[in-house]
Amino acid sequence: MTQGFQIVVCGSLVPDPLQTLEPVTTPQGPGLKNETMLPSVLDPWSAHALFEAAHLAKQVAGSKVWLVSLGPKAKLQQLMMTVAQKVPFELVALDGSASGFTDAHGVAAALADAIAAIPGLDKSRLLVFGGCASASRDAGVTMQLVGERLGIRDQFAGVDEIKVREDGAFTVLERIEGGQYLASTCAGAPAVLAWATGNLPEPPNNPQIGMANMRGVMPALMKAKPAPAGVGGIVYGKTEIPAQKRQTRIVKDASADEIAREIVEWVKG
Amino acid sequence: MKILALLHTQADGSLPKAAYETLTAATSLGQPFVVGVIGAGAAAAADAVAGCGAAEFLAVGDEAVSQPRYATDAAAAAALIQAAGPEIVLAPGTARFARCLPGVAHRVGAQVDTHIVALCGEGGAVHAQRWFYRQRILGSFSRAARPWMLLLDGGAQPAWQGASGAAHAKAVAVAFAAEDQRTAVTGIQAPAADAQTIRPDAALLFVAGAGWTKKQKDGQSHIGDAGALIQTFLRKTQASLGSSKSLVDIQSEGQETLSFMSHMNQVGQTGSTPRHPKGLATCCHGEEPHAVGWRFINERRAVNLDPNCGWAQGKADVVYVADAFEVMAKVNALLEAGGQ
Repeated sequence: MTQGFQIVVCGSLVPDPLQTLEPVTTPQGPGLKNETMLPSVLDPWSAHALFEAAHLAKQVAGSKVWLVSLGPKAKLQQLMMTVAQKVPFELVALDGSASGFTDAHGVAAALADAIAAIPGLDKSRLLVFGGCASASRDAGVTMQLVGERLGIRDQFAGVDEIKVREDGAFTVLERIEGGQYLASTCAGAPAVLAWATGNLPEPPNNPQIGMANMRGVMPALMKAKPAPAGVGGIVYGKTEIPAQKRQTRIVKDASADEIAREIVEWVKG
Repeated sequence: MKILALLHTQADGSLPKAAYETLTAATSLGQPFVVGVIGAGAAAAADAVAGCGAAEFLAVGDEAVSQPRYATDAAAAAALIQAAGPEIVLAPGTARFARCLPGVAHRVGAQVDTHIVALCGEGGAVHAQRWFYRQRILGSFSRAARPWMLLLDGGAQPAWQGASGAAHAKAVAVAFAAEDQRTAVTGIQAPAADAQTIRPDAALLFVAGAGWTKKQKDGQSHIGDAGALIQTFLRKTQASLGSSKSLVDIQSEGQETLSFMSHMNQVGQTGSTPRHPKGLATCCHGEEPHAVGWRFINERRAVNLDPNCGWAQGKADVVYVADAFEVMAKVNALLEAGGQ
């Protein structure tokens, strides 16, 4: 690689996984109760993609990372207070709904347009990263739709590893059924990689990186274009949390022998 | 309403179980349907389901689709859809199709939805159900646009059973471009048979939490003992192994943990949501992100030292308040004595 990669990570915010979610009906379609008040985090699989992108950019000289994020501008600003401290990137913000009920087709169109409009984008160096699915819509289709819109024909899903060779070709491990990996080699960029968890831990907060990122984050938020991604062509019927309360039997005073016997009978039964 | 049941073969030329489940869904709509098969031995695989009632069988069995690669799979699937001209496309949500079919939707001007767990047809309308927010909210929905592609979650439908025969599958020609083959599949990386801990068809899911790595009564952690107990149990029961996020995160943070555990084992918010008839959780807190990984486990039991843990709040059927080290040692001894 003589010039390095241009790595564009697609990722947005989702409700903090510890929050209780309750569906409600809004004029725009289904939503979440108190949605604007719910604390948010960067979507977990997108976060892994971002950390892997930064790691790769560090390894391949001349590489750069962008984070393209579609969400309500005010919430993106809050999110950036933590995310921007993790790894270096340039933010491209799109102001719109990050609801899990939006149609992936509209979201993908907005993301692809935003990526195509990045100044100086060189498709021969482009790697588009993102999560293999979001923790909100959980559809697992957005990255492929973005890739197709950008004319990228090498795509990988459920990625846990990328290893780049000197000539820019790379090997990829993708998760498949039964706890196995599909191993592939690709001739090089452009490619789309939708990440699973990867292999990297979450980087610690680095205030210096945070300060450097925030210089670009605020202007990016100021000029965030509206992205009217809604429910699109989806006609929702009912959205609900099915009652799954179980009558839990709590066994407190039994000996290990008694418990073991009961478990073995249950396993065999 | 014309339906295409789009299937793919496995490396050995057979159809995966999820393909048979897709056929069940296709027949359940009570409309004429076509079967399209992609992959090595596609025509022979069509013969295996010749008795499914399809009006026609189409196949793409070129060498280019003998390996599961996005670009060639997408080209083949697009060609089959264009040849069949369906309004509804049903396909199994396997790793292979989950990778390529969303892109195919763009190519053929279709809409696509995934993780479908239920499907019903009324006249010309089709209604689907899937989960949102990682198995937290169940939604039913429809689309007016056609074609509409629906990828079905494995295990949500019974597998179709019926006679094989001569399907006389019609080969569909696909013009694969040179740039479709910039990627080459080099193989499958799987743990050795005796080290494989993820077993999708197992009757029992055994989930280990971070408690296995914590200090025990004597003030020491016993990770080696924990590993031996868990592996013995898995060997004797052939259960599938799941993990909480906190346990696999310990490993990626460089701390000592169970060596045979990886992010692949993780269930829950950022892991998998497997389907098994029974599940046994040990040393897990059972908070909401973890509980969502249990959405499709029918019978649930847990061993936990904390009677107030999340599992005691209506998520498990039985919670044993006990030391998992002691209990699992006894369980293994009983299984050993019972000849398992």
